[in-house]
Amino acid sequence: MDYFLELFLGGLTRGSIYALIALGYTMVYGIIELINFAHGEIYMIGAFTALIVISVLTMMGMNTIAILVIAGFIAVIYSCAYGYTVEKIAYKPLRRAPRLSALISAIGMSLFLQNYVLLAQTSDFLPFPNLIPDFTFMEPYAHIISSAEVVILITTTIVMILLTVLIKFTKMGKAMRATSQDKDMARLVGIDVDRVISVTFVLGSATAAIGGVLIASHVGMINFYIGFIAGIKAFVAAVLGGIGSIPGAVLGSFVLGWTESFATGYVSSDYEDVFAFVFLVLILIFRPAGILGRTEKHTV
Amino acid sequence: MIKFSEIKKSLWVSLWFMFLTFPVMVIRVNTIENVIEWRWENMIFIGVGSFLFSFVWRYLLKQKEYGLKRAEEGGDIRPSLAQRILRDRKIFAPALTVVGIFALLFPYVFSLYQTNIMISALIFVMLGLGLNIVVGLAGLLDLGYVAFYAVGAYAYALLNYHFGLSFWILLPVGGALGMLFGILLGFPVLRLRGDYLAIVTLGFGEIIRLILENWNEFSFGPSGISNIPRPSFFGMSLSVHDSTIFIYYIMIALCIFTIFVVNRLQDSRIGRAWIALREDEVACQAMGIDKAKTKLTAFALGATWAGMGGVMFAAKTTFVNPASFTIWESIIILCIVVLGGMGSVVGVIIGALILILLPEYLRAFSEYRMLMFGILLVVMMVFRPGGIVSDVRRIYKFEGSGGAGKDA
Repeated sequence: MDYFLELFLGGLTRGSIYALIALGYTMVYGIIELINFAHGEIYMIGAFTALIVISVLTMMGMNTIAILVIAGFIAVIYSCAYGYTVEKIAYKPLRRAPRLSALISAIGMSLFLQNYVLLAQTSDFLPFPNLIPDFTFMEPYAHIISSAEVVILITTTIVMILLTVLIKFTKMGKAMRATSQDKDMARLVGIDVDRVISVTFVLGSATAAIGGVLIASHVGMINFYIGFIAGIKAFVAAVLGGIGSIPGAVLGSFVLGWTESFATGYVSSDYEDVFAFVFLVLILIFRPAGILGRTEKHTV
Repeated sequence: MIKFSEIKKSLWVSLWFMFLTFPVMVIRVNTIENVIEWRWENMIFIGVGSFLFSFVWRYLLKQKEYGLKRAEEGGDIRPSLAQRILRDRKIFAPALTVVGIFALLFPYVFSLYQTNIMISALIFVMLGLGLNIVVGLAGLLDLGYVAFYAVGAYAYALLNYHFGLSFWILLPVGGALGMLFGILLGFPVLRLRGDYLAIVTLGFGEIIRLILENWNEFSFGPSGISNIPRPSFFGMSLSVHDSTIFIYYIMIALCIFTIFVVNRLQDSRIGRAWIALREDEVACQAMGIDKAKTKLTAFALGATWAGMGGVMFAAKTTFVNPASFTIWESIIILCIVVLGGMGSVVGVIIGALILILLPEYLRAFSEYRMLMFGILLVVMMVFRPGGIVSDVRRIYKFEGSGGAGKDA
């Protein structure tokens, strides 16, 4: 039973990390119908920026909590800046182009960002310091869930709630929903569509950066390639839940997290990545719109 | 003259990029020895580079907008230089002869090393032409193309290892297996549109690679299979030197065959159906084209060339392991198609030669290869989506008596 519970909570943690990344995919897709391939790279850049800031501050001799807060803050700012710039360079000129062009441009951007970090930093795995302290009150449960996992779960929940509030109740959220329904109509009623798109990219990048910092300090290792697989899996989660739908992305992430956790726990860990892909293929065959997605009609 | 406002704009761009690249480009942390390395010179490069580059970027964007406006106003779209050369028989025929003679004499003029590089380039020409069917003609973005390449290579390696079958039997078998896998992948993705398709094919490619890596009893795992025989010449086994030249000629023959088939396909009924599918799925169905069949044939035919390319690859290197079949190979092949011009045969050939040969001869910059490919994909999509030699659209003009409507 303990093993089951451990796998269940492990899957939940995994799922919440996927959710933080998947939100960015699903929001961007909801608005401009583009798979932002470079999104995983934004997450990786967030983690790298955090590592760099942490190392510099540690050598200056600050205390751990302050470092954690500052590093997280700077990582979020830089990820947002990258997300914003990527959109302006690689996607904005292609607004009216065929979707295939924008997709290829996104793949190019992803390739570029990976190699940019590879060349400017290193190809080796870098150790990432564990900044989340072990809480004493968690000790009796330490064999099923670690303190870091608790922090991840709490942070994810807070981010989700904030995001939901932002989209449901603010003016910007209203503009985002309008833009995702009909761009031209939104423009007619005076919404600055370009700005809404920029804000969407920035928001998605911010959640990805939070995910990046959390997972990096949980796993303890990062390199330039972490964004790619995490990005693909988060995308699988977003599709699973129904792309374009925010609750769907969260639900899909948890389902994927549990699937992976149980499959590797009970079956075999060699094929960890295969499960996600097989799962994706199965969903797309039987329910292409995802769990919570609506089926769209396609017209000429 | 450059206006002051332009300079101001570029200055902001350059400041923004200096800020953006600051942590990654300037600071390098060595977490093991706890040393920070500050590289301020990089910041200066970025600042100056982005300042100059932003002018070029804006100029190119303006040019593109101007071109789009002219096309919208119904002005004649001037064919590019490459297209005019291709159309003009007086230039095209002699050029083709020269290229042909050069290709035939290549192994005798250049060294064995050069011939080997040329063989890889030709394999990629074949792969590019195969992917061109799927991406360029049918408009289905396939990011797992390398899986079929792997199927071909492993088909040769394993069937030869277990049953001792020869290259000449396995070349068509590799192609057929590629086709089979193409159909296998094609079935589940029939209902998917562009973006989903890209991800599922990517997943498929990764599944094949992970299986090859982990299923030791079947594929010998990450260590791969070595000592694969080179093709024999009517039962005679050749020396390394001779067999390399022999493989070179087989590749030339296969490429000519591929070009011939792809050219014929393009103008066939099925080729027209692919192009219709690329332009609009719904309209295409309304015209009575069987969508499922059209997609499946595109996948199957594209995969066939990859399968044969894989057999050639195994025969050339005499060694296969899963590391040769990563997602990046798929992306390189995609780059070839995009750079050359989606849908254009000549373009894809030129693209393959540029992308495979240039990095070989610019060894000094080999680290920057993937970085450049990334930039290339973005820049091509933004400024020249048609590629170097863009596909010429067939235009039918009504040349009857005057007064006919302008809008056809």
